[in-house]
Amino acid sequence: MNFDELFGNFPTLTITGLEQGAIYALVALGYTLVYGVLRLINFAHSEVFMVGTFATLWTWQFLGYDQNSAAPAFGPLLVAIIAGLLVAAAASALTAVTVELVAYRPLRRRNAPPLAFLITAIGASFVLAESFGIGTERAPFGMPTLIPQETLFTVFGAGVTNLQMLILGITLVMMVGLDQFVNRSRLGRGIRAVAQDADTAALMGVNKNRVILLVFVLGGIMAGVGALLWDVRYGFTKFNIGFLLGLKAFAAAVLGGIGNLRGALLGGLLLGLAENYAAGLFGGEWKDFTGFVLLIVLLMFRPTGLLGESLGRARA
Amino acid sequence: MTATVNDKRSAGIRTRWAAMPKQVRWVAVAALIVFLYVLPNKWFYEYLGFPIGSKYFALYTTSSDFAGVLFDTSVFVLLAVGLNVVVGFAGLLDLGYFGFYALGAYTVALLTSPESRFGTNWPWLAAVPLAVMVAMISGVILGGPTLRLRGDYLAIVTLGFAEMIRLYAARQDGLLQGQRGIPAIPHPPGTGSDGKPLFGVADSKPYYWLMLTLILVVLVLIRNLANSRVGRAWVAIREDEDAAEIMGVPTFKYKLWAFAIGAAVAGLTGAIFAGKQTFINSDQFVLESSILVLAAVILGGAGNIKGAIVGGAITWYLPEWLRGAGDLVGVEFNASEYRILIFGLVVIVMMIFRPQGIVPNRRRAAEIEDRRKEAVPQETVPNE
Amino acid sequence: MRQKLARVLGGVAISALVISGAAACKADSGNEGGGSSAACDLKIGFFGPLTGDAAGLGIHMRNGTKLAIDQYNKDNADCKVNLQEYDSQGDPAKAPALAQQAVGDNKVVGIIGPAFSGESEVADPIFDEAGLPIITPSATRPSLSTKGWKIFHRGVGNDTSQGPAAGRYIKNVLKADKVYVVDDQSAYGAGLVDEVKKVLGTVAGEDKIQVKQTNFSAVVTKIVSSGATTLFFGGYYTEAGLLLKQLKGAGWKGTMVAGDGVNDANFIKVAGQQVAEGTILTCPCAPATAAKGSFVSDYKAAFDNAEPGTYADVSYDITKIFLEGIKDGKSTRSDLLNFVNGYNKAGGATGVTYKFESNGELDPAQVIVWAFKVNAGKVVPDIEIPKA
Repeated sequence: MNFDELFGNFPTLTITGLEQGAIYALVALGYTLVYGVLRLINFAHSEVFMVGTFATLWTWQFLGYDQNSAAPAFGPLLVAIIAGLLVAAAASALTAVTVELVAYRPLRRRNAPPLAFLITAIGASFVLAESFGIGTERAPFGMPTLIPQETLFTVFGAGVTNLQMLILGITLVMMVGLDQFVNRSRLGRGIRAVAQDADTAALMGVNKNRVILLVFVLGGIMAGVGALLWDVRYGFTKFNIGFLLGLKAFAAAVLGGIGNLRGALLGGLLLGLAENYAAGLFGGEWKDFTGFVLLIVLLMFRPTGLLGESLGRARA
Repeated sequence: MTATVNDKRSAGIRTRWAAMPKQVRWVAVAALIVFLYVLPNKWFYEYLGFPIGSKYFALYTTSSDFAGVLFDTSVFVLLAVGLNVVVGFAGLLDLGYFGFYALGAYTVALLTSPESRFGTNWPWLAAVPLAVMVAMISGVILGGPTLRLRGDYLAIVTLGFAEMIRLYAARQDGLLQGQRGIPAIPHPPGTGSDGKPLFGVADSKPYYWLMLTLILVVLVLIRNLANSRVGRAWVAIREDEDAAEIMGVPTFKYKLWAFAIGAAVAGLTGAIFAGKQTFINSDQFVLESSILVLAAVILGGAGNIKGAIVGGAITWYLPEWLRGAGDLVGVEFNASEYRILIFGLVVIVMMIFRPQGIVPNRRRAAEIEDRRKEAVPQETVPNE
Repeated sequence: MRQKLARVLGGVAISALVISGAAACKADSGNEGGGSSAACDLKIGFFGPLTGDAAGLGIHMRNGTKLAIDQYNKDNADCKVNLQEYDSQGDPAKAPALAQQAVGDNKVVGIIGPAFSGESEVADPIFDEAGLPIITPSATRPSLSTKGWKIFHRGVGNDTSQGPAAGRYIKNVLKADKVYVVDDQSAYGAGLVDEVKKVLGTVAGEDKIQVKQTNFSAVVTKIVSSGATTLFFGGYYTEAGLLLKQLKGAGWKGTMVAGDGVNDANFIKVAGQQVAEGTILTCPCAPATAAKGSFVSDYKAAFDNAEPGTYADVSYDITKIFLEGIKDGKSTRSDLLNFVNGYNKAGGATGVTYKFESNGELDPAQVIVWAFKVNAGKVVPDIEIPKA
């Protein structure tokens, strides 16, 4: 144990942990939304994220940036970011919807048991990851550094960079937007209705399949945004990048209470922080280990996660 | 439509099988067992296949050693049989089953290898029972607090457990020696008729026979268990845990039993694997494998022992067989590149057209059929 | 109606089985003899990951091997040698069945690989029992040569030759006093770091990462706050590229030194040119010479303009050793083994003289370690690191 390392770098570890946690949270939302409505662990969601990272990369390449390009001026930068954002969100949403239509809806039509869904989800995940693996020759891809990191201000000795503000800012905006959408809009009411009681909702005239499709689209968009932020910050993708990140995001969703939107945010941030502190305290090799220990211990004391499952309940 | 016909046919085969005289059934089972024992011999398996034009459609693997693949497949089959107790019988979703397998393998490695940090140098045979015990006890330790969780939470906890074991094993200076691994694990004992050790490195056949024998033993044990009071309690828990509890079934106890038995089988498998492999390291216990074993159980038909066997066999054998399949199509086609993709597609298609698995459990199949009937006349009405 | 259908289907299925059973016959084994000359259509196996996570490394080695064989076949069109791939996915659990297959195929007279040390531990005993000679381009675990395998040869220096050289470079050339060491916990990476630490004595700090890790915030924070001016990284190119990118992003100005696992075009691809600039990569190989010139251009021409990755050149050279033996009429495994044992010539792509000791290690006198530097997006030779 190395307390000097932990306390000496505490502020920096906190801010970088939050930044990673924000991306976990965005991906975790996809798990949580689908779980809230369908009671299904969408294993293929990790690949939805992966597709988003590649979509952004290819958009940037199309715009003429490669990993060696210099950072562009503000105007072109804005174009690149927004284009990347739109394409990534669209690509991820499209992937999520495709998975729903090909792998889940036929099963639902036949009223298959829950385990069958889990297996098709795994199958879909394999198919997506492997197609990209074969298509990209399993090579790693570096991204252009569009936004060089600059320290904006310091808090307790920790520099807060422009990227960190961007990531936290966008995540917060997306979270609030989604929360409002689910709680305020007509479509959101449909989502909550189906999550609460699908049969009754259907009798009340809610089109269940449309609601489910919407949920996959929303989850996909969130993963797409997460993918863009990932590309901007960590600047890297590979065909199998989704697996570990998806696992973490799923853990984050469970940590906060799967099915609960605010729980996903809380779980994501918490996981990001815990991992960073553990890496500081015990050394990098304990980073992932600690994340899982935290998850298991927490579930033993709070079996439904920190905030409980509540997409259908009045609260979220 | 075709799916329905298939279901009817398998049901037909099943009833006809049950209606056959006992002697006939015994002979058929005995013939199957003999077939399985003879299978890895080249003079036998090289006839398994048929020519198509100038090509030869081999049912055995042409790009990796058939006996070796059979052994690997049998490892998977035994794992699927063990996991089937947890997932199929008791209905507990366990995503970290490979963790117990790793525990079994590492226990043997630590106790037997002269290069482990234990330095105990036990013979292989002595370490096996201990490996089974360690896996079983850790099953109880993990199950104790977590089996109170339901469904998906249990899934993530077990998954976390397996990942923790792997991450711990990956530590270079830890007990398990990371990717450097533990070499020089002794083989099982025994001397062949030619004076050479029975279990060597070059020939996988003896290991396959050992594994096959163990599978048969485990099968008999689990089958008896499933038909006993314990088995009935599992089914009750799987169908409706609350109802079972109210009817006086101590659900927690029986769930823990299922978990421990599953863990013990995985530990046993790991112990044999370590004896054949002679070297284990953290690369060999990746999370993907846990998921593959689960896919095997579901694919074969959860809750049915035969289904677990078929599922396990397919899940390992199909991708290995596909390595050599490029030659069959007659094109320059690197099948090994595509084999996981193809496996993924097969799994999806399979689950859509036959969600109860290849060899379904009768009770579960009936339940699925009921659910389907409920769904068909009212397309738009949600299911849950 | 249904029952009838079921019966018909069942009948069809059974008769199909019977017919196929009756028609059963075995495959013509083209393996056993038959050719005009015994030394033709021999096979050289490549044993390593071609799919899965580690495929990026394996594919380049396979390509190096393939290039050598293709060139040979162009010159010897009447008596070709075939490449047989054994895709281990880098997973030791998959290795035995593949190794046994290779052993069982009489046409296979030599193996390039196994690529990794883990799979070597499992596969090499099987090759040893069959007397099938192997030369590994990349399994650098020192203990592999101490197991008494007669067929084992290593075409590169092991971790104990490269690690100390990297340490000496940091100490004597860079004269860095504050060195941070990070390894990826792989046998290769941790092995290098151990050796480097032995040379340096004290380090400014050390940490470990995980293979496949992508977010290095914690370790970046530690390195920056330690004030280290030099980072030694033991591991492979993907993590190295990412770590360096995130380090420089956080404002670190020091120099990274890494081993040959990072000496790959993908390193610069992941990190980006500006970030990779100035990075020192050690390699137990000689820099581009006149002889090496044609290897790079041939490789690019053969494989879609791809830069030859780490160990592609070694694989190319050691494949040529086998090919030379075959050309020389050494068509059995034991003849070829003797040929390799007695080999003593310089390889065209690496410039290393291949001469093996009795335990299969490359003759230490031949192991040269060079430092390379990333300069304007290219890896250029810096200096040969003096021995001790």
